[in-house]
Amino acid sequence: MKSKKVLIILPKTEIEKPIVNDLIKYYDLTIKIIRAKITPEEEGYILINIIGAADDIERGITFLNTLNIQMQDAERGLQWHEDHCVHCGNCLSHCPTGSLSFIDRVTMQFNFNKETCIECLNCIQNCPHGAFSSIFEQK
Amino acid sequence: MKTYDEINKKIEAKKAVVMTAHEIMDYVDKKGLDAAAKEVDVVTTATFGPMCSSGCFLNFGQSTPKIRISEAWIDDVLVYSGVAAVDMYLGATQLRHNDPANMYFPGEFRFGGGHVIEKLVAGEDLQLFALSYGTQEYPNREVRTVFNINDLNQAIMVNPRNCYQNYNVAINCSDKKIYTYLGQLKKNMKNLTYCSAGQLSPLLNDPFYKTIGVGTKVWLAGAQGHVYSEGTQHCSDGERSENGVPTGGAGTLALTGNMKDMHPEFVRGASFRGYGVSLSLGVGIPIPILNTEILKHTCVRDRDILAPVIDYSVDYPQKTGKIICQLNYEQLKSGEVTIGEKSVSVSSLSSYNKALKIANILKDEISSGDFLLAEPHQMLPMNQGMKSLEIREPK
Repeated sequence: MKSKKVLIILPKTEIEKPIVNDLIKYYDLTIKIIRAKITPEEEGYILINIIGAADDIERGITFLNTLNIQMQDAERGLQWHEDHCVHCGNCLSHCPTGSLSFIDRVTMQFNFNKETCIECLNCIQNCPHGAFSSIFEQK
Repeated sequence: MKTYDEINKKIEAKKAVVMTAHEIMDYVDKKGLDAAAKEVDVVTTATFGPMCSSGCFLNFGQSTPKIRISEAWIDDVLVYSGVAAVDMYLGATQLRHNDPANMYFPGEFRFGGGHVIEKLVAGEDLQLFALSYGTQEYPNREVRTVFNINDLNQAIMVNPRNCYQNYNVAINCSDKKIYTYLGQLKKNMKNLTYCSAGQLSPLLNDPFYKTIGVGTKVWLAGAQGHVYSEGTQHCSDGERSENGVPTGGAGTLALTGNMKDMHPEFVRGASFRGYGVSLSLGVGIPIPILNTEILKHTCVRDRDILAPVIDYSVDYPQKTGKIICQLNYEQLKSGEVTIGEKSVSVSSLSSYNKALKIANILKDEISSGDFLLAEPHQMLPMNQGMKSLEIREPK
């Protein structure tokens, strides 16, 4: 089993299409929806984790590519700006998945694991120095 | 045993033995106190964290025709101009004009005085807007221009209170999330925040102010600055552990330094949701090892420094004086502590990582002969308390 996190940005024309259903039904994939915002007759986005056999994931991605959508690697979601980070650790206790951590407790150097991040955006609210940003941030 | 002059001569000859407060503990354990005190000349200490009582004096030079500025804003942040014609003071916690503050709670406070100071040190362009009522020798009534730090005659950081000797650990015992200058505190004691570099922090390594006093040279965000006074709210008569280390707030330092010599990595604007803006700052202070007693104090470990856990939902705002418990910095730095039977997740606003970096930079500067020590010409007051503001009716 493999997994791939992708961010799908849906234009108005594709909003009504049952994309997640198709991935499950026709490509034998498990889909975890991490974050989504879909407004009828407007744009939308959906951040998903696609889980399944490697060739099924590949077929699923090929299917997604046939749609009129923009697809981005999930890293485009939450961004950690290392230059802005002061390694204070204020974000740590606000991260529900442990994706924000110290490499060790001697040098207290901060580390961000984007693989386990679920884009809850708590870190954005809790970083005094603006070290995180996301396209999902409600401004 | 050693004098400032002797240590400075060794520094000039690039022969001084310098260690960080992070390294010295194990070294003394290995070598023994007496032998290490003979050998080691300087221990470097440091801290990096939000320090609200910070700001700077700026002198702009005169426009043609001249102006006697009576009101001014830099990037829309109000600066105090009741100093002289083109002298101004910019405070770290000043909000931007029209910031809605907490009108729509919790406010975001994205930009303010601390961020202006960050931009200044980074050499970025800023906008000055200044007004005047006009006088005969200063007829100009309005100035709007773009400038950066290189255009200023002086940009001098003058911080009334930095380097708190120890600090509260904030927790929230109520059943609602609260927003404080120590970050977001979840309800029912789910997390807590501390803010000190612990065993690296300057005044925790010199608990009785034997070497850090008025005139002590400090590393202020990369500039060679100095202590110009006791800090505001300096309160040295609080409770202390057996090792002399205060178990709460205690001593503070007033620091100054030339912003033109500062490094932007260590001068950072800070935004606290629901609270306001501030400035995170890096400070390094060298401790000369004049005798074994001074060395002994620099060997303080995180586990030997206690901080008070205080409920910021009630006890802090209402000044009840209640302390939930004391925790040491070894416990706090582990990331999780137990209070009663509850496991509490720990956040920090002080960066040990940056403090360690600063202690090492200062060590390198001293070792290479670039940073000499200065003997304080006035010691910080011991046994000094802190007053409260009494609300009195006029007679």
